This record gives sequence, structure tokens and C-alpha cells, in this order.
Amino acid sequence: MPVETWLIFTLGFMILGSIVALEIRDILSAIIAISVVGLGVSMAFLFLQAPDLAIVQFLFEIFALIILVRAFIDKKNHQFEPSSSSMVMTIVGVVAIAVIFMLSIPMFRLLPPFGEPLMSVSQHYLDFGASETGAANLVASIILDYRAYDTLGEVTVLFTAILGAFAILRTTAKHKTAGGNDE
Amino acid sequence: MTVYLLCFALFLVGLYGVIAKRDLIKIILSIGIMGYAVNLFLILFAYKRDAIYPILTPGAAPQVMVDPLPQALVLTSIVIELGTTALLVALAVRLYQKYGTFDITKIRRLRG
Repeated sequence: MPVETWLIFTLGFMILGSIVALEIRDILSAIIAISVVGLGVSMAFLFLQAPDLAIVQFLFEIFALIILVRAFIDKKNHQFEPSSSSMVMTIVGVVAIAVIFMLSIPMFRLLPPFGEPLMSVSQHYLDFGASETGAANLVASIILDYRAYDTLGEVTVLFTAILGAFAILRTTAKHKTAGGNDE
Repeated sequence: MTVYLLCFALFLVGLYGVIAKRDLIKIILSIGIMGYAVNLFLILFAYKRDAIYPILTPGAAPQVMVDPLPQALVLTSIVIELGTTALLVALAVRLYQKYGTFDITKIRRLRG
């Protein structure tokens, strides 16, 4: 079977899973549904010949599941009473989404067709990556050699986000000691 | 082109969740869906027909490999997404501790 068939099946499954995750009442079921969508992304990466990404996406999914379940599982089951404004927002949202989708179809015609990438810069990486960096995995040679500053910035962003999460979740306030030296 | 449109439809499902849902948890999940769709779109754009993964093994020619550059960028993007998800969850938990609800229409005292 061609790869498009598998991808269309996987993407349809993911759209269905997303709608279920957004519309279901139970929060635990919504989190599980979103994890199913993420594992679908991991499977699609395997079909698209990106094994490194499939592994990283799988790990991301497991961590995200643990974080979301740990954070939200003990909150009391909240049922929102349906209001007229939320119904209006739903209708407005669906109409806006449909209009955006219709308007986007001509834009997607301008892209190169599926299966024929541009490869203007990447061909250099493919041809000379092994001799210039010595890495057999060309993705690793890009993130750790050609674009190492990107990776450095990524680690900085990740560190800042985790630091922010700890600062937000901190419950004890910092206060000065009796001697006045608060370091 | 069908796969591009389906991927964009997945993005729009996430956008619908962000603008139409009142539950803070659902909004966080919608942002996650949008992230999945963007990552997947970049990798769809990198696929070359009948090509193999960009790892040099004996007998693999560089002419029949998929584009490695979007894969490297998306690898970065996935890891950053984990950090932003953790930050969003921390903010939501903190708001729940202060207001006792996840309903964004009830969280109104955010001024000063």
C-alpha cells in the first residue's frame, strides 16, 4: 500500500481522537485521548522515515501523560453548566474554522506536491554530512554540528520553562533571615 | 495534497478548542493538538517518495534519503513543547489553587 493511504488513515484517526478529547466530559478520558493522538503522530513519523522523531515523540507523549494526569487527576470533577454564550462561541468557532479551511485550499495548491521536497540546502547536508562531521546519523550531525547554536537555544528555552514552572508552583515564600544576609 | 489538508484540519480542530472551550484543561490540550499538527506538517513536507531514513548505512545512497533538515528542527520543537506544556500546566494548577475552578469565565480577578 502506498504511504499516503496509511497517512490518511492515521490522520483521520488523529482528527477523530482530537474531537473526542475536546468534547468528552471526563478529564481523564480527554487526557488519554490526547495521548492516543500523540502516539498517532509517532506512528506517522515512522511512516515518513523519521525514526529519531518517532522515539522522541513517544517519550514526549509518556512524559506529557504523566504530567497531565499528575496535575489534574485529583481536582474535583467539574461540570460546567451550559450557557448561551458558550453555545454562541461554539457556533462562531465552527463557522470560522470552516471559512478558514475553505480559504486555505488554494494556498495548499501552491506548495510542492507531497513526496517531492525542495532539498536545496539539505542536499549539501546529505552529500557532505558524513565527511564534514563524521556522524552516520545525518539528523544528529545537523542538530549537533551544523545548527549547534539552535540546540543551545533549545536547551536554554527548556531550562527557562522548567524554572518558570518551579517558580509558579513554589508555595513557600522567600524571607530574610534574622541576621539580614538573605543569600 | 490530501494529507496536507488533513493535517491542516487537525490544526483547525486545535484552534477550535482554543477559541470555543471554557475549560482551561481543554485549552491546554488544544494547544498540544496544534503543536502536533505543525510538527507533522513539517515532516510531511520533508518526505521524498520511495526514500529512506537519513542514516548512513552500508548500501544506502544519499540521493534516496528524505530531507533531514526539518527532522532536526522538529526534534528541537518537540522538546520545547514539553517545556511549554509543563509551564502551562503549572499555571493552570496555580489558578485552580487560587480560584477553585478551571472555568475561564469565572477567573476574572486577574487585574493586579
